[in-house]
Amino acid sequence: MKKVKGFWIYVVLSVVIYGVVQLLINGGILNPFYANTLIFIGINIILAVSLHLVIGITGQFSIGHAGFLAVGAYISAIITMKFQLPFPLALLAGGIVAALAGLLVGIPSLRLKGDYLAIATLGFGEIIRIVFLNIDYVGGASGMQVTHLTTWTYTFICLFITITVITNFTNSRHGRACISVRENEIAADAMGINTTYYKVVAFALGSFFAGIAGGLFAHNFYIIQPGNFGFLKSFDILIFVVLGGLGSLSGSVIAAILLTVVSTFLQDYPETRMIIYSVVLVLVMLYRPQGLMGTREVTDLFGKWKGPKGGNSYGK
Amino acid sequence: MLKVHQIDVFYGNIQALKGVSLEVQEGEIVTLIGANGAGKSTLLKTLSGLLKPKKGTIQYLENSIAGKPAQSIVKAGISHVPEGRRVFANMTVEENLQLGAYLRKDLQGVKQDFERVYELFPRLLERKKQLSGTLSGGEQQMLAMGRAIMAKPKLLLLDEPSMGLAPLMVKTIFSIIEEINRAGTTILLVEQNAHMALSIANRAYVIETGSVVASGPAAELQASEQIKEAYLGGL
Ligand SMILES: Nc1ncnc2c1ncn2[C@@H]1O[C@H](COP(=O)(O)OP(=O)(O)O)[C@@H](O)[C@H]1O
Ligand SMILES: [Mg+2]
Repeated sequence: MKKVKGFWIYVVLSVVIYGVVQLLINGGILNPFYANTLIFIGINIILAVSLHLVIGITGQFSIGHAGFLAVGAYISAIITMKFQLPFPLALLAGGIVAALAGLLVGIPSLRLKGDYLAIATLGFGEIIRIVFLNIDYVGGASGMQVTHLTTWTYTFICLFITITVITNFTNSRHGRACISVRENEIAADAMGINTTYYKVVAFALGSFFAGIAGGLFAHNFYIIQPGNFGFLKSFDILIFVVLGGLGSLSGSVIAAILLTVVSTFLQDYPETRMIIYSVVLVLVMLYRPQGLMGTREVTDLFGKWKGPKGGNSYGK
Repeated sequence: MLKVHQIDVFYGNIQALKGVSLEVQEGEIVTLIGANGAGKSTLLKTLSGLLKPKKGTIQYLENSIAGKPAQSIVKAGISHVPEGRRVFANMTVEENLQLGAYLRKDLQGVKQDFERVYELFPRLLERKKQLSGTLSGGEQQMLAMGRAIMAKPKLLLLDEPSMGLAPLMVKTIFSIIEEINRAGTTILLVEQNAHMALSIANRAYVIETGSVVASGPAAELQASEQIKEAYLGGL
């Protein structure tokens, strides 16, 4: 009963946030720069939450997430630009192909642990980027023209779906199995949990949403280039998750908002941006090594009410 | 119930078990004793499907389970409490137990087993909302055992449940092991604490550097001079 109520509060809150922003945009109160920043924040939240599933929940240290962002971006762009098909279809296709890429990468590399997995995923991320760099069909290094189709509405719907699906997954039997893999893989194995399966599922699901984010990302610019998806992009996403607190979905959301705002306003000074970024990280690691939220969720702060933001039941 | 015949198990090139054979009858407590590094954990891991034997057979209730994946072995009724407790530290006691029943579909039975575990381990009931990483060593051992019971095993594999525990706690744990056995669960108990293990077991095997070197009724082994010298500190 409580859970159901929490869910409705979450839905109403989401509709209100969406409605208010949309009204502000329609009324011209929010200028296009700010509207675009909001879209960008939405995309980054999707990326952060999708990686949170892989790293925060399942404990698989993957640092090639930008590779799946790239797959979603290019596939969706091909579908709208080369085949003139509708945008929602392109988003979905981008997600699906990214998930397939996730399976392809995940099945061999998730046998590895710790540093080895990190290096393998980093390598795969780079391989994906270099593949696009060498395909003339998508423009190679000079990139591919893309129409601007991403709107606040599309972004918000995708964001809503991402958070809802990942939260429900985390709170399900499957989510608990993923957390048990993070907590202690041997014990999970002994419990009869198919740990490899869950690692791969979490990885593919995370890649799917990264692919969706890729579609939004591609159609929010006029051009996409392989250079947009280098390992620095992967690190940006990783930083959201780590800064927010490993295991905290709301933490990664907050970190994504915070850092996107900071970096948007420092856009014109890319060098300063990296310095400030590093300073922020060093400070957080010094004073809050567990991340902004630790493994807690925002909903924990409201006493008993445990909303759908889930995965919060495991830790301090 | 369980019949292990001549199994060889390797870690890469290193042979950890050499032609090990062992039997467990329904309703028994069988203990496997041996020094550190003898291969005790390796044997349990092989039985529960975490390792695959290179040679030999494992019969369990008329089925061959050698090399089967862990899920199907747990489903068939063998539960393994790994060495060093290994609870899910950032989950509550209750969530740990829930995961023990992960493969079960009979919700009614799971509910009953929750009650059963809390009856066996009243301390876990008091602490059911506590994060299991904050439990004492003995309580974590209780939780690891409770979690294994949640899978409703016919055969329970216990890997050094007394490790690192205070003597009083060891006593408590061992009497609970006997209680679990009386309630109808067959037990294969691995121990370095040979004295305690032999005192509750029906039969025992002694393993040394990967091979079984002695076996027989527990009382007999306990009386044997050789065993006394090697494993009971000449008591
Ligand atoms: N993961 C492993 N990789 C390589 N060798 C191992 C591994 N685990 C155990 N061994 C070796 O196998 C032998 C038996 O170990 P183990 O079964 O853990 O002994 P016990 O549980 O009796 O102390 C030891 O020589 C040990 O060094
Ligand atoms: Mg051992």
